[in-house]
Amino acid sequence: MLTVILIMTSGILTGYLLRDQLWISRPVRILVTGLIYLLLFLLGITVGADEMIISNLDKIGIEALLLTIGAVTGSIIISWFTYIKFFRNNER
Amino acid sequence: MRGSLIIVLSFICGIIIGLFIFIPEFLRDDELSNFVLYGLMFFVGINIGADKNSWRIIKKVKLKIVLVPLSAIIGTLAGVSVISIFIRDITFRESLAIGSGFGYYSLSSIFISKIAGSVPGVVALLSNIMREVATLLMAPLFVRYFGKLAPIAAGGATSMDTTLPVITKFTGTEYAIIAVFSGTVLTILVPFLVTFILTAF
Repeated sequence: MLTVILIMTSGILTGYLLRDQLWISRPVRILVTGLIYLLLFLLGITVGADEMIISNLDKIGIEALLLTIGAVTGSIIISWFTYIKFFRNNER
Repeated sequence: MRGSLIIVLSFICGIIIGLFIFIPEFLRDDELSNFVLYGLMFFVGINIGADKNSWRIIKKVKLKIVLVPLSAIIGTLAGVSVISIFIRDITFRESLAIGSGFGYYSLSSIFISKIAGSVPGVVALLSNIMREVATLLMAPLFVRYFGKLAPIAAGGATSMDTTLPVITKFTGTEYAIIAVFSGTVLTILVPFLVTFILTAF
């Protein structure tokens, strides 16, 4: 937990200090994308070699779908209250 | 869109290789991918810090706009809490972390698989992809029955990029700035919130 916060904050700070070096944003973005591909590839390897996950992929998929339904339903209901209470009347 | 396709493809390629080919020990080494993850965190941080656009948007807006990402957070956590009663393979804490991906499936699934294991990691990947797809497909329905903030909250972190065009189309340009703001805030929060939920207490 502490490691994550330290690494992220030092990254944000470094980025903030380098914000006028416009050339860095492109290589950093490419690097981030590449690392994401690599880590998801490695996650894929772990998953593929794990018989427990592979044989339960249908069940895992349904649980993912249920969580999505929960997350989306909760979000639209709470934002509906926010919309009615704080935003709707300010529309032209 | 092309980017998300490659993300899913690299995951699927990994699965196929893991299924059929024996993997040398060093590639399965957790130590190695931990270092890659730390590198990723650092560079994601640089991206956030150097992005003048997000600082400007955050400075410019009125206070009540904060209620939009807040609604997405409260709604999401409440929603997945209810669902977690009905599923067995994912704990309550993991459900909260998966919800806190807010559609940012690449980063959240990596973090969750590293901290909590590959089963919740895979669920996070699938669930957050579904969240993006659901928002893309159902934005007009959400607007119609739950108001103009609904697709923004449903889109979560994706409302600043992948789902922004659909959201703008069905809510109007004045809500585009709200969508970008909410998506930016949630994108920055994802790595912190996911780690916090999985490791605190």
